[in-house]
Amino acid sequence: MGRTGVTAPPALALRRVSRRFGPIEVLHEVDLALRPGSVHALIGENGAGKSTTMKILGGYLEPSEGEVLLQGASAAFASSEAAEAAGVVMIHQEFNLAEQLTVEENVFLGRELRRGPFLDHRTMQARTAELLVRLDCRIDPRSRVSDLSVSDKQMVEIAKALAREARVLIMDEPTAVLTRRETGVLLELIDRLRAEGAAILFTSHKLDEVARIADEVTVLRDGEVVLAQEAAGLTEDRMAVAMVGREMSDLFPPKPAAPSTETVLDVRGMTVPGRVRDASFVLRRGEVLAFAGLVGSGRTELMEGVVGLREATGAVFVGERRLPRGDFGAALDAGLVYLTEDRKQRGLLLDKPLRENLTLLALHRFTRGLIDKRAEDRALDEAIRDFDIRAATRDMAAGHLSGGNQQKLLLAKTMLAEPDIVIIDEPTRGIDIGTKQQIYGIIHSLASAGRAVIVVSSEMQEVIGLAHRVIVMAAGRVAGELEGRDIHEEAIVRLAMGLGRSGEAA
Amino acid sequence: MTATETQARGTRRGMRLDFHVLGPVLALVALIVIGILLNPNFLSYGNITNVLARSAFIGIIAVGMTFVITSGGLDLSVGSMAAFIAGLMILVMNALLPTLGVSVATILAGMATALVAGLVAGAINGLLVTRGRIEAFIVTLGTMGIYRSLVTWLADGGTLSLDFDLRTLYGPVYYGGLLGVAWPIIVFAIVAILGELAMRHTAFGRHCAATGSNEQVARYSAVHVDKVRTATYIMLGVLVGVATIMYVPRLGSASSSTGLLWELEAIAAVIIGGTVLKGGYGRVWGTVVGVLILSLIGNILNLTDVVSPYLNGAIQGVIIILAVVMQRGRAASR
Repeated sequence: MGRTGVTAPPALALRRVSRRFGPIEVLHEVDLALRPGSVHALIGENGAGKSTTMKILGGYLEPSEGEVLLQGASAAFASSEAAEAAGVVMIHQEFNLAEQLTVEENVFLGRELRRGPFLDHRTMQARTAELLVRLDCRIDPRSRVSDLSVSDKQMVEIAKALAREARVLIMDEPTAVLTRRETGVLLELIDRLRAEGAAILFTSHKLDEVARIADEVTVLRDGEVVLAQEAAGLTEDRMAVAMVGREMSDLFPPKPAAPSTETVLDVRGMTVPGRVRDASFVLRRGEVLAFAGLVGSGRTELMEGVVGLREATGAVFVGERRLPRGDFGAALDAGLVYLTEDRKQRGLLLDKPLRENLTLLALHRFTRGLIDKRAEDRALDEAIRDFDIRAATRDMAAGHLSGGNQQKLLLAKTMLAEPDIVIIDEPTRGIDIGTKQQIYGIIHSLASAGRAVIVVSSEMQEVIGLAHRVIVMAAGRVAGELEGRDIHEEAIVRLAMGLGRSGEAA
Repeated sequence: MTATETQARGTRRGMRLDFHVLGPVLALVALIVIGILLNPNFLSYGNITNVLARSAFIGIIAVGMTFVITSGGLDLSVGSMAAFIAGLMILVMNALLPTLGVSVATILAGMATALVAGLVAGAINGLLVTRGRIEAFIVTLGTMGIYRSLVTWLADGGTLSLDFDLRTLYGPVYYGGLLGVAWPIIVFAIVAILGELAMRHTAFGRHCAATGSNEQVARYSAVHVDKVRTATYIMLGVLVGVATIMYVPRLGSASSSTGLLWELEAIAAVIIGGTVLKGGYGRVWGTVVGVLILSLIGNILNLTDVVSPYLNGAIQGVIIILAVVMQRGRAASR
């Protein structure tokens, strides 16, 4: 692994770059250098200015002050196209793929190869296949992007960047939607690209990945660089402290007292066609039950089936009451709610103000013929206070909140329905460590207050730190259940991989 | 109504005058000023009543269309539907003449026919879109052809005419009024006020906007998306029935050219008023302003000979395109 790149001159750099939106300065005199053959990790809490920094590097935004330097020369990219032409490619967190086109068509979009007047399908397919092999990604170049899983889409996005022969690669949380195995493949690929001399900027909320891959680390806090140094000798703890600006006390609150024996939710023989087979489980009052497993193991589909958002067979009892199938409204009336993992597409109306988002699920509670807007405003005041939602103005659109604040708004929206049973799918995906801690606190207090919580999570620490009991799913089935002291990483991984319990295997 | 709404929005956004909110209102004011300058009769009682009463049909339909579009749908069939309902009303009333005679009962039966027919036609559109999972454009393009063809068939290619005595009895519904205000104007005003209330102050209106803004989010927020969508089409169908009830006494006849291009005028009024064509945001008062703008253009061209009235459509077209350009401006500034 060539870690000598640190001394090479930068391929792309920022010099004393500031950026303002109106009167608000989001970046203040940021210096950053991306060197050939080197991976630079940019980390910071949500709202620290990472996205803005990347957008300036990728030519999507111009700096208000300071310079962007390409190979040491001042380069003001007029557009992202200009940046791409100069070999600077950005991989977005939200995919820039044409869903209705095939993988191959996407990879070569805008720079199709021709033979005479016609498209050279054969060469393009062959090159795409090559790129996918490099990514260890087994999808057909001819498959339609809309049919792919989220992680495969990520791989296509990366293949697209590779096809553009990028010299500088800017990756915005590329591993957020990937499974462990896929993350491993991606990190190896980054290693290879580094060896080939690419300059890479990498952001992630997962500090272990940063420690594993980065040569240099820059930490942003409130738009300023608070730490910039070589990765060697930098511990995850120090990165976290620099990001948050204070010592992190324990991330997880102590687990609430043992749950009662009263069953509040009883799911029997749940089958979601093609996704989940014959899953049964119970949930007790005051319990935090985690569902672990690989991405695609059917956890989300099971939960959507349970609450009636997805076609499914099987029986769901809330207390004594059996829920009718396919009716989320009935589940809500019974006190059962589901918080989606996809807050942008399924959770919030991004173009609508906070108030309308907050009350949408529980609108009947604010309506007596006409909507009581004063009561809605009071509810928003309370939500902003109770959930610590940081909004520039009360009238802003939900889409303009940072990821963590969107998640808190979504939580507030759900809690407004006063549920007894809360199912939270990936409660902390893509949000910073400070907000994570707050959300863990909320989950903890829900359970302590005698409600019951199901947490679907792909983050091992979260599962171990939060749950009284863990159900692990693999390939659409319940692979096993762990309780108390048995909950540890190895046991969960074994079950998730379909290996059975460690005791049985040994 | 219009002015207070505008003010309310202005204060909510920190007293900043929002051109995109005021745009349609300013255009309307400009048209009125131009009208006054070009012809002193413009503001006369007769002309104002004429303009508003003629706007009422499109206006009543456009209020319903605002809900359909806000929830992410579209209805191209309303013009043909109005023609078909008018034909049906006339047939029913003429058929009842021997038994009920020239009486209010006959007229009421005709009105009931219109409302029921509108409800059924709206439900068919709505269910085909929601249950049938067919694009609204396709469904209503189909029903548009069906209703237009049905009315031509009912009239055997000619004109269906209401019995002369019935027409005399029914006439005041269009030509009469209360305290000097014509009935169509009163009905339009009531529909518009109820529509504005429903859009801005009820759960139904909120659910329409949520469904049009992002159907998935609405579904995951326990909004019965299909029911909301179907309800908007049914509501529009009933309003087409109401508009037809006001329209039939005007001419007392229906033919294959009745209600021609009403759908486009209604959609244009909705868009000019600031409702977003792809759904998610709608405002009923804007639609009312849009309807008035469209009919004032025609009226001004008829009252003056500066520009040929034959260019009416061209000027309306320019206004529609300008309105959409302004919408885009708003989206970009957000």
